[in-house]
Amino acid sequence: MRYLVPVSLIVGLLVLLGIGLRLDPTEVPSPLIGKLAPPFDLPTLEDDGRVTSDVLLGQPTLVNFFASWCTPCLAEHPLFMRLSAGGSVRIVGISYKDRPEDTSRWLARHGNPFALVARDAVGASAIDWGVYGVPESYLLDAEGRIVHKHVGPISDADWRGTFEPKLRDLARLTP
Amino acid sequence: MIAELGHFALLIALAVAVLMALVPAYGVWRTDATAMAFARPAALVLLAVIFVAYLCLTASFVNHDFSVAYVAGHSHSELPLIYRISAVWGGHEGSLLLWVLMLSGWSAAVALLNRNLPLNISALVLSTLGAVAVGFVLFTVITSNPFDRLVPIPADGRDLNPLLQDPGLIIHPPLLYMGYVGFSVAFAFAIAALVTGRLDAAWARWTRPWTTSAWLFLTMGIALGSWWAYHELGWGGWWFWDPVENASFMPWLIGTALIHSLAVTEKRGLLKSWTVLLAIMAFSLSLLGTFLVRSGVLISVHAFATDPARGVFILGFLVVVLGGAFTLYAWRAPKLVSDGAFPLFSREGFLLLNNVFLSVSAAAVLLGTLYPLFADAVGLGKISVGPPYFNAVFLPLMAPLALLVGLAAAVNWKRARLTDMTRRLRLPLLLSLVVAALLIWQWATDIGLVVLVGGWLGCWTLVAALAEPTRRLRLTGRLPRGVAGMAIAHVGFGAMVLGITFVSLFSVERDVRLAPGQSADVAQFRFQFDGIEPIQGPNYDADRGTIRVYRDDDLVTTLYPEKRFYRGAQQLMTDASVRHSLSRDLYASLGEPIGDAGEWAIRLYVKPMMLWVWLGAVIMTLGGILAASDRRYRARPAALAEAAA
Repeated sequence: MRYLVPVSLIVGLLVLLGIGLRLDPTEVPSPLIGKLAPPFDLPTLEDDGRVTSDVLLGQPTLVNFFASWCTPCLAEHPLFMRLSAGGSVRIVGISYKDRPEDTSRWLARHGNPFALVARDAVGASAIDWGVYGVPESYLLDAEGRIVHKHVGPISDADWRGTFEPKLRDLARLTP
Repeated sequence: MIAELGHFALLIALAVAVLMALVPAYGVWRTDATAMAFARPAALVLLAVIFVAYLCLTASFVNHDFSVAYVAGHSHSELPLIYRISAVWGGHEGSLLLWVLMLSGWSAAVALLNRNLPLNISALVLSTLGAVAVGFVLFTVITSNPFDRLVPIPADGRDLNPLLQDPGLIIHPPLLYMGYVGFSVAFAFAIAALVTGRLDAAWARWTRPWTTSAWLFLTMGIALGSWWAYHELGWGGWWFWDPVENASFMPWLIGTALIHSLAVTEKRGLLKSWTVLLAIMAFSLSLLGTFLVRSGVLISVHAFATDPARGVFILGFLVVVLGGAFTLYAWRAPKLVSDGAFPLFSREGFLLLNNVFLSVSAAAVLLGTLYPLFADAVGLGKISVGPPYFNAVFLPLMAPLALLVGLAAAVNWKRARLTDMTRRLRLPLLLSLVVAALLIWQWATDIGLVVLVGGWLGCWTLVAALAEPTRRLRLTGRLPRGVAGMAIAHVGFGAMVLGITFVSLFSVERDVRLAPGQSADVAQFRFQFDGIEPIQGPNYDADRGTIRVYRDDDLVTTLYPEKRFYRGAQQLMTDASVRHSLSRDLYASLGEPIGDAGEWAIRLYVKPMMLWVWLGAVIMTLGGILAASDRRYRARPAALAEAAA
């Protein structure tokens, strides 16, 4: 009988590990969910004006922190290009700790899905928003409240499974 | 082309491993000598094929072939050659390939060195190793192929993680993997024993050198990792109870227990089922470690490459290997073992106690490591278990262990007499008290219970370890390597206990803000900051500080801590500067510049006896090398023919 003890312990351990795989330890709930997005006042990419948080009002918006040096950003880029072509959501880009000429070249090469690009050269706004690293995206409702936060590149599955339902909810709430 | 060749070699390796797992096992089942004899050549071919794949990946790195996704992710055109070679294991895919290479290396070593094993045992051992290889090669090919191409080809690579660009890190992972993977040999022997029912002194003698070899690699690997963290992370710490450190530490603890229980099984034919269980556990914990590192179920500074798909695969593999092995154990072990009773006051009794302390420590570490996962799984929220738990639980378990080390060597096998023990230990006890008193008087800045106990235990372990070999030498005039190795390993343990005691109690740490020309006092030293100058490395730019350290106006040393910016990875790294000596380490690392006046945040440490911790590990490793190379294990054909007859 006692020889069965190790195998039963192991079974318990394996079950635990199986459950653990379905959890995400990096998923730390953002304290900003449901709150108004932190205000900002940043230069545009071309440095010909300012972008303030007021632009986020009026319609649901996806705010995306990105950079030309960020390879994972390329992974979500085709999705953003399709979204901007389809017009399903407005995307505002914030270029994070990047040289403006590098950002421009990057956008020229891969396409520009952003309605507006603001430049956070030192990452000060990113701190207000609680950005861990790029890419990171925030879905905002028409009043500028943060509905959802996504760390890392958004995959097609993420978009269909999480963002689309939330966008549909927003559309229902604001007639 | 080279990458495709490597990929092709991996596929061939998969086929060879499948054959190596199945054919000899069939041979054992049908008592077919030809099929059993297939195992040996198969092990050698497997090594050759995997070596080809490994060379192909290395060549891709050396040639800057950024069309290979793995190379593009872990190299850079400015990366120096030595780091391009070590970058092969700088990421997940390549380290798996290294893992497989070592597994096949250990298998080939078993095939070559254990020619004199009974055919069925050797066939089963190699077949088990082949089965493990199937799992890992499949894992590599399916979820983590290092030869995948990247389209479009990037102009340059993303560079090797700067954390990994350090001499210590070149050999830390290979040593660690050698240890992890090495336990697969003890595991394979355990499976062979369970299947054949041959679980005797000879079995223990075959298993011992393999276990000791795996253990000494693991010891070195862990020590180097700690050395690297101390220098490269810039926190001045050397052990963090990080999940991944724990993942390597648990197999070490169980491996240490296994070495001692194997001694009992060989000498006295006792603790058989326990020994087999430990052999299975040591390898299981190695696999568990792989799972924890690679699956991302726990947050760790080491989680360089995590991917849930990989986690599912390893979990499936764990289910097969662990589930299979422990079920086999539950089924076969009761039929094989007839453990006799023995008195606790004997060498075997003390070794059993040693096993209890070591396994309980491993269980405590396992509990602390998995608890956050458990809490998250049952909805208790996100928590983390840190050093306070581990220190509180672990250190009290180590103290009796240190006491036992000295005692166990002084008592006899079977039935010991108290008078023998006290007579043998009188002198070591006296000596250890004197040495400990001297040490504490010399280096302790503050006297409390912990330094008295820890200081004495360290000295006791050190001195008492030498008692047994001295006695042997006097009695017989000869010192077998096994005994010498044991004594040396115990000396190493004693040195480590001393180092840990002193460095954790008497380290002095100061965070200061200095302008060039200013100085700060830490303990009895004055650290004078001379300023910062920019320097250029091969693939980084750095600010290098110059800090002169004085003691009573005599220059002791000059430290050059650096703050490096790696151009390829766009990452900042702190490179601490340390002056080591037996009595203390002087340590400086650069923080951030403050303001415009040239002031810098600087962290300064004086850490007494820090070096002893790593020296202890080196000495333990030397002991392991001596013990593993004892001539008893190099059984001569004549003696074996006799044994077989």
